[in-house]
Amino acid sequence: MIRNSASEMASKLASGEITSVALTQAHLDQISAVDKDVHAFLHVDTEGALAQAAAVDAKRKSGEKLSPLAGVPLALKDVMTQKGIPTTCGSKILEGWRPPYDSTVVVNLKKNDIVILGKTNMDEFAMGSSTENSAYGPTHNPWDLTRIPGGSGGGSAAALAAFEAPLAIGTDTGGSIRQPAAVTGTVGVKPTYGGVSRYGLVAFSSSLDQAGPCARTVLDAALLHEAIAGHDPKDSTSINAPVPAVVAAAKAGNVKGMKIGVVKELNGDGYQKGVRARFEESLELLAAAGAEIVEVSAPNFEYALAAYYLIAPSECSSNLARFDAMRYGLRVGDNDGASAESVMNLTREVGFGREVKRRIILGTYALSSGYYDAYYGSAQKVRTLITQDFNKAFEKADVLVSPTCPTTAFKIGEKANDPLAMYLNDIATIPVNMAGIGGMSLPSGVAEEDGLPVGFQIMSPVMKDDRMYSVGAALEAALLSKWGAPLLSTIPALAGSK
Amino acid sequence: MTSLSRDDVAKLAGLARIEMSDEELVALSNEFTVILDAVARVQEVASADVPATSHPLPLRNVFRPDVVIPSLSPADALSGAPAQEEQRFRVPQILGEE
Amino acid sequence: MSLTYEEVVAKYEPVLGLEVHVELNTNSKMFCGCSTIFGAEPNTQTCPVCLALPGALPTVNEKAIESTIKIGLALNCSIAPFSRFARKNYFYPDMPKNFQISQYDEPICVNGYVDVEIETDEGPKVFRIEVERVHMEEDTGKSLHVGGATGRIHGAEYSLLDYNRAGIPLVEIVTKIVPGTGKYAPEVAKAYVAELRDILRSLGVSDVKMEQGSLRCDANVSLRLIGSDVLGTRSETKNVNSLRSVERAIRGEMIRHAERLNNGERVVQETRHFQEDTGLTRSGRSKEQAEDYRYFPEPDLVPVAPDAAWIEQLRAALPERPSIHRKRLQEQWAVPDKEMSAMINADVLDVVEATVALGADPAKARSWWLGEISRIANEKDVAIKNLPISATDVAEIVALVNAGELTDKLARQVVEGVIAGEGKPSAVIAIRGIKVVNDDSALMAAIERACSGQPETAQKVRDGHLPAAGALIGMVMKDTKGQADAAKVRALLLAHLGQSEG
Ligand SMILES: [Zn+2]
Repeated sequence: MIRNSASEMASKLASGEITSVALTQAHLDQISAVDKDVHAFLHVDTEGALAQAAAVDAKRKSGEKLSPLAGVPLALKDVMTQKGIPTTCGSKILEGWRPPYDSTVVVNLKKNDIVILGKTNMDEFAMGSSTENSAYGPTHNPWDLTRIPGGSGGGSAAALAAFEAPLAIGTDTGGSIRQPAAVTGTVGVKPTYGGVSRYGLVAFSSSLDQAGPCARTVLDAALLHEAIAGHDPKDSTSINAPVPAVVAAAKAGNVKGMKIGVVKELNGDGYQKGVRARFEESLELLAAAGAEIVEVSAPNFEYALAAYYLIAPSECSSNLARFDAMRYGLRVGDNDGASAESVMNLTREVGFGREVKRRIILGTYALSSGYYDAYYGSAQKVRTLITQDFNKAFEKADVLVSPTCPTTAFKIGEKANDPLAMYLNDIATIPVNMAGIGGMSLPSGVAEEDGLPVGFQIMSPVMKDDRMYSVGAALEAALLSKWGAPLLSTIPALAGSK
Repeated sequence: MTSLSRDDVAKLAGLARIEMSDEELVALSNEFTVILDAVARVQEVASADVPATSHPLPLRNVFRPDVVIPSLSPADALSGAPAQEEQRFRVPQILGEE
Repeated sequence: MSLTYEEVVAKYEPVLGLEVHVELNTNSKMFCGCSTIFGAEPNTQTCPVCLALPGALPTVNEKAIESTIKIGLALNCSIAPFSRFARKNYFYPDMPKNFQISQYDEPICVNGYVDVEIETDEGPKVFRIEVERVHMEEDTGKSLHVGGATGRIHGAEYSLLDYNRAGIPLVEIVTKIVPGTGKYAPEVAKAYVAELRDILRSLGVSDVKMEQGSLRCDANVSLRLIGSDVLGTRSETKNVNSLRSVERAIRGEMIRHAERLNNGERVVQETRHFQEDTGLTRSGRSKEQAEDYRYFPEPDLVPVAPDAAWIEQLRAALPERPSIHRKRLQEQWAVPDKEMSAMINADVLDVVEATVALGADPAKARSWWLGEISRIANEKDVAIKNLPISATDVAEIVALVNAGELTDKLARQVVEGVIAGEGKPSAVIAIRGIKVVNDDSALMAAIERACSGQPETAQKVRDGHLPAAGALIGMVMKDTKGQADAAKVRALLLAHLGQSEG
């Protein structure tokens, strides 16, 4: 039952073949069985999930009209507030904090009767590409437990790959949904910036952060996308326009006559051989499905990484200032005679991990007087250039494509001491955040040399998210008929897995 | 090549309100030499004629009507407080100006 | 070496810079829907946004934008077609986000001016204060310092924070440097703040209560030798909380600076605190090492680009400038300067105007508010505006007197009754059984009693010695417990005794 797609689960629920309580219990059992090895979850809300499931079953029994995903369980990245449920963002500084309010995403999930199983592990405050930066220990990739599941949303992606949940919520600031999806063989979508409300998403970098759906199929991602997206007056940067018809696009999966642009700069040197091979193969399948493949150039993308590592730290240095031990969270050093200032200093020393501190200091520097123009100011100009590159490219192509990441999953600990090498993981995903457009990663097979999943990235213009679902669904269908079964059916079994 | 000395990092840590050991300051100072070199590349293309983008979408004038909506209950507002007294957040003595 | 103010201004020229913070009177906060009502129980007007809970996002109050544009227009500013919010980053426990959402290099209103008139040795003179910018920001929470002797921050063991005020919309009005006021600098500054207060009140955008902190002034003062064009080092005196204090603080700082300069000492660039009791300032935080606020555009908010039609609509609806309005009233009412100032100082101009608008004669309205009602307010030590008597009540009383239904003396009793909370004038008249005795037969009986009681006096009147009538009138009034109309008594009495007014 837990190996079905969310939409298959939804139809079984609708037909009465299974109940939400049974489905939820099956996932809770799987979590009990495998999460000691995977460590995808930071908190499992057994009681809350079962209560929610029972409520959905009752509604269904009474003949109430329910939303498409009603009763299907989901894993929530621990960066989203859920009233009364611990929210840590993978940080010590928020240990034990229970928000008194629901994020808009959670409000929407509840409205759609999607059952929230618990909170998933992540790099602290979403800063990282491996989930090794969690203060609560790393998450392990279900394909190979010695490897990273990507980051920052490694917990959400690993939960999907380990069949602990059929759906998950991620957030993507520079690739935190797409890169974990790529290295775990799952689907992850970063919607257009402003497509999904950020209210209740604990901010890392406000102008880049975007919540989105994670799933095992393109259609499941689309169903979840429609459930959580839409205008929110509580988020001033939310787009006041109808949600693109992503479910219809995913169902049709039609690429006939579409122009697909291959970004020259996001391929080639620095990309693992097996990654490139899978990418080429996918392009052939899309061409065979009726798409026209064209090449586009985005010369300024090579500056995206540098600009990102100025903009994101700058915003985070300000966003994370509120963690000061005064109103919530950890408080350290509050001894007789201690000053508020020293308590702030000590709490932030102990409460933040190394990567978070590194970025706060970097951002503080980039914004400081005398350096603003050279760093933050210049980075914002690069942002303009990247957007211009995208605009030009979208004149030639309906969507753009690239490998999601240069490599497959690396070993836990392998890059822990080399921040720059770690940052390179996001080289192909970052431009999307800089321009605020949509991006999707879906599995395109495994790399021959290591047998690990490879992601295929699709990028669509602002509020044209439906296009990436059309392409994603078409490619998914072509790959499925080639493989005969979903990629995840080939994942090695975890000890104790149902 | 841009670099940040141990003291530069200490000053930034002060601005950012993070206590740091000497060891950590030195380590960060070394790392920053490498990181700053990498990020300084933005200056290569950031010429004066390029406008800055601070926000990915060209939204304007997003306002909320001046209507009172219910606040949190004081219990909820204070639910995360490390210390509280008389329905207020209790914090260590504040040094500085009045 | 102690200097007199005259010695200071004989040698130095003061240069001012004034920053006024105004709390807007919106219903909800600047960036969230929490109520702004003053004096609520601690932390009852807080939410995820104004407590800076993780994940919360600000949203801009449209009324606050509108109020700020109105202020800008009233101060002759240009309204920027594009402006942005910025984050001002610094840590302080009363500021939940540890940054303040403010405006930095793109404020909403720029380049305005305010003309103020003050009395100089050469007669009334107008000084133009140039306004550099008007921008929006948010207020902080309130700390209560516990332990230590004074309730002050120094020596306190810990502090208690109430965030009800955190996020109240603030508008900051910043002048350009103000040179050329010479010895009148303190008065010009006071007149400027008073004029701002009047303008803001006429716009209806703020309660402008200096004593409650809804209007606060920071005064920058520096001195330079007369004739020099090099600016001296300035000090910034914070949160000066009354008009009188503005004047005193600036005068005090001018003397303090001059003494240091005369002694060959440096003026330190710093923040100072004004002390109401001594009229002196005390050193606060040194600004020698300027705090690095790391301003950057607020990424959670989008730019404000008010369209021209909206601005013009607001401009067209601006009220008359208070100083012009006052001049017009003075002419209409034909009031001498002194009386006009008395009304302004007593803060009754608005209510007198309202009373006149309800039909009362300007002289009568003025005399009630400035006379009897002011007297009672003084006695009770409350502001006239806080007495429970309205322009409508006074207009009604004036009308009753005019109609002969109340005497002045009875009218005073009615005023007293209204203020005592006995109800509207009609209710007070009913409850107290106040009424003018104008039943002629009752009056005639009283007159006859008076005449027979004092036959000799009555005879004098009969003989044409009219001043003697006073004593008889007094007896009649006493007899009728003051409820008779004295003029009427006199007329009836004289007629009774065969006389008439010459
Ligand atoms: Zn609030």
